[in-house]
Amino acid sequence: MLKTINLKKVYPNGEEALKGINLEIPNGQVVALIGPSGAGKSTFIRTINRLVEPTSGKVYFANEKNDITSLNKSKLRKIRRQIGMIFQEFALVERLSVMENVLSGRLGYVGFWNSFFRKFPQKDIEEAFRLLQRIGLEHMLDKRADELSGGQRQRVGIARALIQNPMLLLVDEPTASLDPKNSRQIMRLICELCNERNLAAIINIHDVFLAQNFAERIIGLKAGEIVYDGKPSGLSEAILTKIYGEEDWSKTAAN
Amino acid sequence: MPIIKQKDYKTWKKFDRKRDLQNWLCWFLGTLIFSFCFGLISSKTIWFYVFDSHNEALDLLGRMFPPETNYFFTLIKPIWDTLNIATIGTTIGTLIAIPLAFLSANNTTPSKKFLRPLALFCIVSSRSINSVIWALLLVAVVGPGVLAGIIAIGLRSIGFCGKLLYEAIEEIDENQIEAIEATGANKAQIMTFGIVPQILPAFTSISIYRWDINIREATVVGLVGAGGIGIELDAQIGDLAWAKVSVILLAIVVAVVFSEWITAKIRKAII
Amino acid sequence: MNDKKVIWKRKPLIKNRLLRIGLILIISTYLLSVFLTTEIDWQRILEGIPRGKNFIFAFFPPDFITRSDEILAGIFESLWMTIVATIVGILISIPVSLGAAKNIAPKFVYFLSRGVITLSRSFQEVILAIFFVKLMGFGPFAGMVTLSLSTIGFFAKLLSEDIEDINKSQAEAIKSTGSSWFQWVNYGVQPQVMPRFIGLSLYRLDINFRESAVIGIVGGGGIGSTLNTAFDRYEFETAAAVLIVIISIVMIVEYTSSHLRKLIK
Repeated sequence: MLKTINLKKVYPNGEEALKGINLEIPNGQVVALIGPSGAGKSTFIRTINRLVEPTSGKVYFANEKNDITSLNKSKLRKIRRQIGMIFQEFALVERLSVMENVLSGRLGYVGFWNSFFRKFPQKDIEEAFRLLQRIGLEHMLDKRADELSGGQRQRVGIARALIQNPMLLLVDEPTASLDPKNSRQIMRLICELCNERNLAAIINIHDVFLAQNFAERIIGLKAGEIVYDGKPSGLSEAILTKIYGEEDWSKTAAN
Repeated sequence: MPIIKQKDYKTWKKFDRKRDLQNWLCWFLGTLIFSFCFGLISSKTIWFYVFDSHNEALDLLGRMFPPETNYFFTLIKPIWDTLNIATIGTTIGTLIAIPLAFLSANNTTPSKKFLRPLALFCIVSSRSINSVIWALLLVAVVGPGVLAGIIAIGLRSIGFCGKLLYEAIEEIDENQIEAIEATGANKAQIMTFGIVPQILPAFTSISIYRWDINIREATVVGLVGAGGIGIELDAQIGDLAWAKVSVILLAIVVAVVFSEWITAKIRKAII
Repeated sequence: MNDKKVIWKRKPLIKNRLLRIGLILIISTYLLSVFLTTEIDWQRILEGIPRGKNFIFAFFPPDFITRSDEILAGIFESLWMTIVATIVGILISIPVSLGAAKNIAPKFVYFLSRGVITLSRSFQEVILAIFFVKLMGFGPFAGMVTLSLSTIGFFAKLLSEDIEDINKSQAEAIKSTGSSWFQWVNYGVQPQVMPRFIGLSLYRLDINFRESAVIGIVGGGGIGSTLNTAFDRYEFETAAAVLIVIISIVMIVEYTSSHLRKLIK
């Protein structure tokens, strides 16, 4: 479903963030991307929908012919609608209401003036109601996004990504700004929703424990290179040391 | 309540009926006021001149080019004067603004009933009257020349700096003052140890900001005789010597860009 | 026992001693040269003091009545000019400020918009007014054009700075939904800069009214024309009345706008 071939990114300051990533993700697989900060996790998922332009390499989405890196602007927008994204600091537009934030996921499908006057198709609105009910925030839909708590905001962020009806979810550190309880709830919600919809997802996460608990497959990234790719159970002490460096991993490593 | 329940389905709108109507009414009224005002202006306008203005502009540009570059050397003194008007004017203005700001700030004023309103009135009057009008008045009193310009710029700066400064004073951290007070300090000591360090950054950035504005203002006070490059501008426009006018305009642009560059540098150095 | 006493001195504002002395030297030479090159005619000032006194006394009592029609007409003309110029200026400023924000515009558009802003900011309103009066004839239209153009420099500069400060991830999130550029601006950028936008609009309305009082002096219509006529006719009581009217309107505008700005936050 998603295939990257030798994907590289060099920032203008010469920093090599990605050193040729080769990866294939089948339909409906939830993948956790772990690695120390600065390993290139954020850069990697942003090169997939070209929020960050890759320097070289290919990204095939949906089929072997559809190379995202060579699309023009309007085709890129069409691909972006099929890729939902969830962010670290929730990235809700704080001065818009919850409903507007959720509906903004449909922007790729409605014309400018309709979106300007907030006139979304009835189908989208019903879907938004359904999603808000699913994440348990139906009663909040008129609140402004900055009135919500962290966990609630991230739920709205999830709803915004899902209303795009995506084939793939890119998730950037969804739990970094949340407390442990909310983190687990959010991770569970994401994984449940992915299962319900047979969605593939790439989840950047620095919490190894959460990654092991929720993902089917783990990819370890270090300094822009893949150093581990396999089952959560395969994360041994030696491999964690390889990814993160020397530390006492005996409590975390899979037994 | 923007959720709208129909018989068999519910939908959502950003605003309910009433808010929607209110919004449209506001836009409608706004447009109405705008067209009304514009109508009044246009009734006092001779449209022939306006529609012809591009020809006039081309004609003027033609006369302005090529600029008479030699003329620049005559301009050095007026430019120097302009810079001086701005610099000395700003200095005087900020120096007077300091005590006024302390009198007007809610937390430092010695008397809320009498001195504060008085100081506020000084600040507002200084702000409401443009430097050119100040210059107009001062030229009549002290005679044409640089001095009138300096005082005019100074008087206008008092209000501007005073206002921003007293707002900065009102926002200071009371805890720090309390801490100084708790040591048994007297009023003057509280000032120097508690208040001054807190508003010093604001004070410098306000003065620099005003200096930047004053460079621009100093270019025009001369139009009414108060010194600086404005005098030359007025004279050359009077003589219809457009090739010289273009040199003056270029000099002004250069001076303004230069002052902006300097203020940006100083600001960076301070912060 | 240690003979040396420990001395503590307040840390000087500028650490480098050379720089400190150098600055003092530069400043004093500057002041000296200003003093030497500025021709101040003390004779004239001495003469001016009694004259100034007469002049100031001529302002009293302010006369609102004799020319009340002209004052009213001038005030209203200034108000119309201010309203129209502020709206027109802001409408033009919106695209310019989007263009002048580094994080939104391509390099070429960025430099173009910055150029427009610098040009508009370089010339004081009065200078612009002189030229527009020359091009378009006397009256409020030239004044309105002047104020609109100088609004651009002010408004677009400050708004574009606010646009550059927006929260990037909120804007990025909207982009990732596949929105078009306009939708992105409408959803990702506009809500974030709206409070600043409204604040600046009110502030500029206030400034434009004050400026309308001077551009009248060079023929741009409005209350400035009334003031200028009063000076020309040596009717200082009327001039005083005009000044008082200007001050009080500015006070009212300022009070309401600061009140409104507080409401919006």
